[in-house]
Amino acid sequence: MIPHVPLGRGVSDLVDWLLATVPWLFDAVSAVMQVLVDGLTDALVTPPPVAWIVVATLLALLVRGPWLALYTLLAGLLIVSLELWAETMQTLALVLVAAVIATAIGVPLGVLAARHRAVSVAVRPVLDFMQTTPVFVYLIPAVFFFGVGVVPGVVATILFAIPPGVRLTELGIRQVDREVVEAAQAFGSRPGQVLREVQLPLALPSIMAGVNQVIMLALSMVVTAGLLGAAGLGAVVVRAVTQLDVASGVEGGLAVVLLAIFLDRLTATLGHETAVSRLLRARTRRSASRAEPAPSAAVG
Amino acid sequence: MTPPVLRVSGLTKVFGGREREALELAAQGVGRAEVLRRTGATVAVHDVSFAVERGELFVVMGLSGSGKSTLVRLLNRLIEPSAGTVEIDGRDLRALGDAELRTVRNEKISMVFQHFALLPHRTVRENAAYALKVRGAPAAEQRERADWALETVGLLDRAGARPDELSGGMRQRVGLARALAADSEVLLMDEPFSALDPLIRRDMQDLLERLQSELSKTIVFITHDLNEAMRLGDRILMLKDGRTVQLGTGPEIIAAPADDYVADFTSDVDRTRVLTAGDLAREPRLTARLGADPGDVLRSLAAADADGVYVLDDDRRLVGVARDDLLARAVQEGRTTLGPQELGGDHATVPAGTPVNQFVHLVGRHVVPLGVVDDGGRLLGVVPRAAVLDALSAVPARRSTP
Repeated sequence: MIPHVPLGRGVSDLVDWLLATVPWLFDAVSAVMQVLVDGLTDALVTPPPVAWIVVATLLALLVRGPWLALYTLLAGLLIVSLELWAETMQTLALVLVAAVIATAIGVPLGVLAARHRAVSVAVRPVLDFMQTTPVFVYLIPAVFFFGVGVVPGVVATILFAIPPGVRLTELGIRQVDREVVEAAQAFGSRPGQVLREVQLPLALPSIMAGVNQVIMLALSMVVTAGLLGAAGLGAVVVRAVTQLDVASGVEGGLAVVLLAIFLDRLTATLGHETAVSRLLRARTRRSASRAEPAPSAAVG
Repeated sequence: MTPPVLRVSGLTKVFGGREREALELAAQGVGRAEVLRRTGATVAVHDVSFAVERGELFVVMGLSGSGKSTLVRLLNRLIEPSAGTVEIDGRDLRALGDAELRTVRNEKISMVFQHFALLPHRTVRENAAYALKVRGAPAAEQRERADWALETVGLLDRAGARPDELSGGMRQRVGLARALAADSEVLLMDEPFSALDPLIRRDMQDLLERLQSELSKTIVFITHDLNEAMRLGDRILMLKDGRTVQLGTGPEIIAAPADDYVADFTSDVDRTRVLTAGDLAREPRLTARLGADPGDVLRSLAAADADGVYVLDDDRRLVGVARDDLLARAVQEGRTTLGPQELGGDHATVPAGTPVNQFVHLVGRHVVPLGVVDDGGRLLGVVPRAAVLDALSAVPARRSTP
C-alpha cells in the first residue's frame, strides 16, 4: 500500500557522491589518523613494558592514591604475563587518539549548545541518533570512506564517543550558578571572559565527567573496530570468536576490562581535587601565610 | 542642587507572551493576573519612576514576586527593559552599545548579590579585585585596591582564603569588597543580607551604615524586610505586583501607609526603632523667656496645670527648667526677673534623630516633657509621654492613594 521510501538508497548514493567528489578529503583524514595512531602505538610499544608499568603506577599514585597504584602494577604485570602487552598498547593508542579528537569536537559543541538555544535544539536529535544507532551501522560508511584497517575504526569510535562530551559540557555550563554569571556580567565582563573565567572553570567537573565517558565509550567501541582489521585487543577477541577459542577470548576480554578499569578510575576524578593538587594548595597556603606579615611590616 | 545620580522613569519589563499587547493592557491599569491570562505575558515591573540623589540609600521593598529583583537588574541592564529609561549621571543606559554598557557596568555601577556570587575557584583577594581585572588594571593596582576594600570590610587577614572557607557573613563582606574595589558611584544591592542569620545580618547592617557614612555611595538596596528597610533607607519605595505603591521616608510610611498592603507591613515594624524624637516632637504648650516675670510664669503654669517650664534665651537656646516651687519662692522674695536661681528642675534632652527605643526610658520622668534639641542646643519641641504611647500603640491613620 505505502510505497517504499528509498531512504537507504539515498544515503548510499550520498556516500558514492562524496567518494567521487572529495576523495582527497578522506585520503587526508585517513593519512592524519594513520600517522597519529601509528606514532602513538610506536611510542607505547617500543619501550620495555616495565617502563610503562612504572610510569602508569606512579601516575595512579599521584592522581588517586596507593590503591589504584597497586591495581595498576598488578594489572600491568598480568597483561604482560598473558602476552597481550603489545595488543593492549595498540588499543590504548587507538582509544587515546579517538578520545582526544572526540573531546576536541564534543566540548566546543557543548559550549555552543549551552549558549545558543538553536544549536542545542539542532544537536540533540543528532546525538540521540549517534547514541542509539547500532554500532555496526557506523562501520559500513566508515569502511567505504576509509577502507579497512585502523582508520575506519578510529573514525567510527570518534563518532560513537562524541555524544557524552557534548551533553555533559552543555549540562555543566547550564548548571553554573546564574548569579555568579550575572556577577561577572555586572562587573563588565565580555561574553568570552564570562565563558573562560566563570562558566568553564565552574563546569569543569561535569565536563571532565564527560571526558571520562568519552574514554569509556571509545574503549567499548574498540572491540568492534577489531572487525575492520584494526590491530589490538579487538583483533584478539574477534579472532577468538571466529575460531571459537574460549581461552584467548577470555584473556583478550580480561585485558580490555583491566585497561577500562584503569582508565576509568584515573579519569573519574578529573576536575576534582587530586592528591597532587591538594598537596600543592596546602603548600602555597602555608607559604602565603608566612609571606603575609611582610607587606604590613613594610607599611608600618 | 546637584542632579540625581540615578534617574528611572516609566521603567517596565514584560516577560514572554505578546509583549506589546501586554504593555497596552498594563497601561490601562489591567492587573497582572489578567494580563497574563489574556496575553501569556508576565508584567514583572510596570511604570516605576524614581530618582536617587548622590549619597542616598534608596530602598526598594517588596515581597517575593513583587518584581524587586527584576527591577534592580533593569538598572544595569542585566535584564533588558521593555519600556522606560534608566539614566546614570544623565546618560541613558538604554542608548548605549554593548561595549559602552560594559564600561559603565565596570566603572559606574557595582552589584552585590543575595547569594554572594563569588568565584569559588579564586581567592578572596582575586574576587575582590574582579572589576579591576576586567578593566585590565595593572596587577599592583588590582592588589592595592582589593586590599583596601578588604581592609574596609575587615577581611584583609583572609585575603588568601577561598570563598568556601568563609562563613556566610564573611562571604558577603567579600561581595561588598568586590563592589567597593570597583570604586563606582552606584551600588546595587539585591537582598544582600537576606541569606544571613539574624545576628550576622545586624552586623552587616551596622557595617553598611558605617561604610555609607564614610564613603557616601549612591545605593539602591533591595529587601523584603521592612525593619531593614526602615533602618537603612533614607527613602523607601514599596513595590507590589511590579508597581509602586508608596514612596517616602520610613516615618512617613509608618505614619500614613498608602493602602492595606503597606499597612500590613508596617504593623510588623518595630516602631521604636523607626520613629525618632523629631517625628514625635510637638510644639511645647508653654515656654518661658530668661528675664521674664516669675509671677507671670507661675500664673501660666497654673493655667496649664504644669509643674515646670523650659526656659529659653533670645535664640531659643535651652537654658534650664523653672520649677513651680522655686518660682513661688521668687515671687515671695520679690524678684521680678527670671534668673538662674529659679532654674532648678531636672530635665532631659535628646537630638532629633534619636530613635524612640533609645530615649523611651527618659520620657515622663521629669516635671517637663522630654526636650528635643538641635546641634546648637535650641529647643525644637518636646515629647510628652502621651505622644510616645500614641505613636507606638495607635492604629495609623490611613491615607487614601492619590
